[in-house]
Amino acid sequence: MGFFKALKEGIFKNNPTFVQLLGMCSTLAVTTNVKDAIGMGLSATVVLTCSNAVISLVRKLIPSKIRIASYVVIIAGFVTVIDLLLQAYLPDLSASLGIFIPLIVVNCIILARAESFASKNTILPSIGDGLGIGLGFTLALLILGAIREILGSGSILGIPILPESVPAVMMILPPGGFIVLGLLIGLIHYIGEKRKEKKANV
Amino acid sequence: MSKQTKLTVSASPHIVSPVTTSSIMFDVIIALLPACFGGVYFFGFRSAVLILCSVLFCVLAEAVYNKLTKKPQTVGDLSAVVTGILLALNVPVTLPIWMLAVGCLFAIIIVKQLFGGLGCNFVNPALAGRAFMLASWAGAMTTFVKPFADISLFFPAADTVSTATPLATLKLGSVEGLSIVSAFFGNTGGCIGETSALLILAGAAYLLIKKVISWRIPVCYLATFALLTFLFGKSQFDWNYTLLSLLTGGLLFGAFFMATDYTTTPSTPRGKLIFGIGCGILTFVIRRFGGYPEGVSYSILLMNVAAPLIEKATVPKVFGEVRAK
Repeated sequence: MGFFKALKEGIFKNNPTFVQLLGMCSTLAVTTNVKDAIGMGLSATVVLTCSNAVISLVRKLIPSKIRIASYVVIIAGFVTVIDLLLQAYLPDLSASLGIFIPLIVVNCIILARAESFASKNTILPSIGDGLGIGLGFTLALLILGAIREILGSGSILGIPILPESVPAVMMILPPGGFIVLGLLIGLIHYIGEKRKEKKANV
Repeated sequence: MSKQTKLTVSASPHIVSPVTTSSIMFDVIIALLPACFGGVYFFGFRSAVLILCSVLFCVLAEAVYNKLTKKPQTVGDLSAVVTGILLALNVPVTLPIWMLAVGCLFAIIIVKQLFGGLGCNFVNPALAGRAFMLASWAGAMTTFVKPFADISLFFPAADTVSTATPLATLKLGSVEGLSIVSAFFGNTGGCIGETSALLILAGAAYLLIKKVISWRIPVCYLATFALLTFLFGKSQFDWNYTLLSLLTGGLLFGAFFMATDYTTTPSTPRGKLIFGIGCGILTFVIRRFGGYPEGVSYSILLMNVAAPLIEKATVPKVFGEVRAK
């Protein structure tokens, strides 16, 4: 599998949020506004790409019995780097994402890609896969964050676009997150099915 | 059922009953009419507009959804009309109409149709719609006016003199300024359809006589709540306080019209008793210890979710059946 194919599959066919349904906890928690969603998505993308690259480099050196522990150590290293960088250069974002940045360590998207892709492929496709899955995650968070911020706070990127009394506060509360996520997953699979049917008919 | 010459092969029972979904829903609509008229009498013409709009939005939402998804048209079963009336009776008269419309869409599309339509929804659509509006627009949903206040049709917020509901007073453990008589007849602040105990009981009596609802859930619900309030309420061993707690807020309305929905409550007799008691306990706990003055809708919603489990636990013994130990 080449770099670009891995990239494309990561964004669409294997989208971690809408197709694999991985990493739901941080997905629901940080998508109350666009800024947090982008921050979280890009942080995860950086960690994922770096950890995929390193893991695919050292995959032959790691004994299979302790591979998971080794992956977690590598991932934790990159998460620490991102965490410290955010604290230093984007303190506001770091404060609003809070615990969810350190929690990238246990985000199952990252461990899943290490186990199912990086440990079996060479470095270039692994980087492509990391970038693709990461961008797919960012895209999903962005869509969710945008819908919830517009409906729940009446603003986008903090700029108000709706009158003050209009926004439905529930959309930025947990139930709103579950409802929007569920509807989006349903919609995306519905479109996927329709496409398949069309292809089968042609 | 129409007279067919063909033989029908189906599982028992083969008794044909004249009761259909739409006939039951029609009975519920009749039972809701007194509360509707009460709302219009106490809160003015705008309540009628809200009720009609709500029904219209609900029916339209269901019709359009069925059309778009090419499902059989189910508007004729009148369940959307009932949902519309219930929803409108559960909002304050000053609520902007567009908020009510969003609540109707939420109730019909997200809670009912997306789960498969009537009979498949896991919580009561009207209650879920109300909970959605309360969580979303808490201010607008809790702005109550005194009865007979003159409220303009289009800009109700402008001339609102909001009043404390009896529940807010009771929450503090006091009965000051509250009278059982006005709570019974409905001359007090609150949602459109919930203030008059008399009119709600009239509708409930009709449903009980027509055997549309069973006594089990409402009676268990109200009895449990009254007992707990009497024993452990803010004002203990106080008949006046207990009776006022029973008569005010959405308790009676919820117990007779919301907690008796067929789809979202257990169908077994023992299950109904458990459901009612559970609702009573939850309502008491939310009213006594919770942050909200009112807990009826949340407690019924929570018990709705538990209904399948209750039903499973209370399956009646089939004649001749020997239970495995």
